[in-house]
Amino acid sequence: MDKPPLNNIVSRIKHTSIKGELMEIVREVARKNAAVIFTKSWCCMCHSMKALLYELGASPAVYELDQHVNGTQMEWGLRALGCCPVVPVVFIGGTLVGSAEDIISLHVDGSLKHMLINAKAIWL
Amino acid sequence: MEDASPRTDSSTDADTEDKMSNQLQGIGASDGSDKSRDQKTLRRLAQNREAARKSRLRKKAYVQQLESSRMKLTQLEQELQRARQQGIFISSSGDQSQSIGGNGALAFDVEYARWLEEHNKRINELRGAVNSHAGDGELRIIVDGVVSQHDDIFRIKGDAAKADVFHILSGMWKTPAERCFLWLGGFRSSELLKLLINQLEPLTEQQLLAINNLQQSSQQAEDALSQGMEALQQSLAETLAGSLGPTGSSGNVANYMGQMAMAMGKLGTLEGFIRQADNLRQQTLQQMHRILTTRQSARALLAISDYFSRLRALSSLWLARPRE
Repeated sequence: MDKPPLNNIVSRIKHTSIKGELMEIVREVARKNAAVIFTKSWCCMCHSMKALLYELGASPAVYELDQHVNGTQMEWGLRALGCCPVVPVVFIGGTLVGSAEDIISLHVDGSLKHMLINAKAIWL
Repeated sequence: MEDASPRTDSSTDADTEDKMSNQLQGIGASDGSDKSRDQKTLRRLAQNREAARKSRLRKKAYVQQLESSRMKLTQLEQELQRARQQGIFISSSGDQSQSIGGNGALAFDVEYARWLEEHNKRINELRGAVNSHAGDGELRIIVDGVVSQHDDIFRIKGDAAKADVFHILSGMWKTPAERCFLWLGGFRSSELLKLLINQLEPLTEQQLLAINNLQQSSQQAEDALSQGMEALQQSLAETLAGSLGPTGSSGNVANYMGQMAMAMGKLGTLEGFIRQADNLRQQTLQQMHRILTTRQSARALLAISDYFSRLRALSSLWLARPRE
């Protein structure tokens, strides 16, 4: 079997570690706040999810990827974490909760509120 | 309604016959045949009444048939127009069971009509089982069948929304009275739950609390999605208004193209809203079934189906109403 060319291996390693760094940036942001939502300024579904969180009494940290200085890096980090669509994405208590679809499902079965309470993002 | 139909000629004929026979008999009349003449007259009059009555009934049936044909014709014309607008060719070979096929509004309408028919069959089966006091096991099977059938239509709607989001949003695939309550291409789960709460008694306190929470949650989610839609409308309007201004210079043309591209992007997000609205409907129904017992779920499904049937019946009455 032929050995793959050296520069191919190197680029793959670099790629992986960059991916890791980007994911770490996102995770760092998530850890710092009880609730985080990643949005884009023109994204109306993001608007909906923000509205829902506010309605529940949460004040999530809002990171607008198209406005934030580190926006591009965070966007790639989110993609690396598997987020598709890349906005809106919500983290609660440092844990990835998911997209609008996930938020709605968890809200309907009552889990979302519990997560917010546990993360001290809301108080009753 | 005037009864001036040509069929009342039968009474006229009988009258004429009567007169003629009277005249004939009058030539050699005697008292003895007067009584039998009266009897014959009475019999004829009775027959006339009967004939007239039957004639009125026939006319009524005929008019009803005309009315329903007229409704059908209007519907068909609408669908045909829609199909022409989209340049869809409806093939006569029938296998459309797996996919949307023509990828258009008309194809979805057909699919939905088929689904509705299937759904009604299952609901009747469920009704039969509930009325005959079937056991929980049997009920569970039928209830699960209805629920999975609901999932089917959400999937079909999702595909149709990808192909033609505005058709789904318009609600034209539903009857007029249903459209009255249209929200993001379908019904409001929160409203449905409000209707059901009274139908579902007796509920345990725990269940009542859970259902109320569910109703509140779905309402919150509906409001959130509505706010997003409003933001979309505003954003779209601003984008299009932004391209207004003095025309002619090439800079403005480029601007215009840019604004249009942005507006196109925004329209593209509509499908996401429909998808989340349907997601909300599906999740709400699933959660409801988790809260309720099998028997309660069965009654809930029957109540929901009956409610929508009434809306559809109302639509039919509305479409057939006499107009000046």
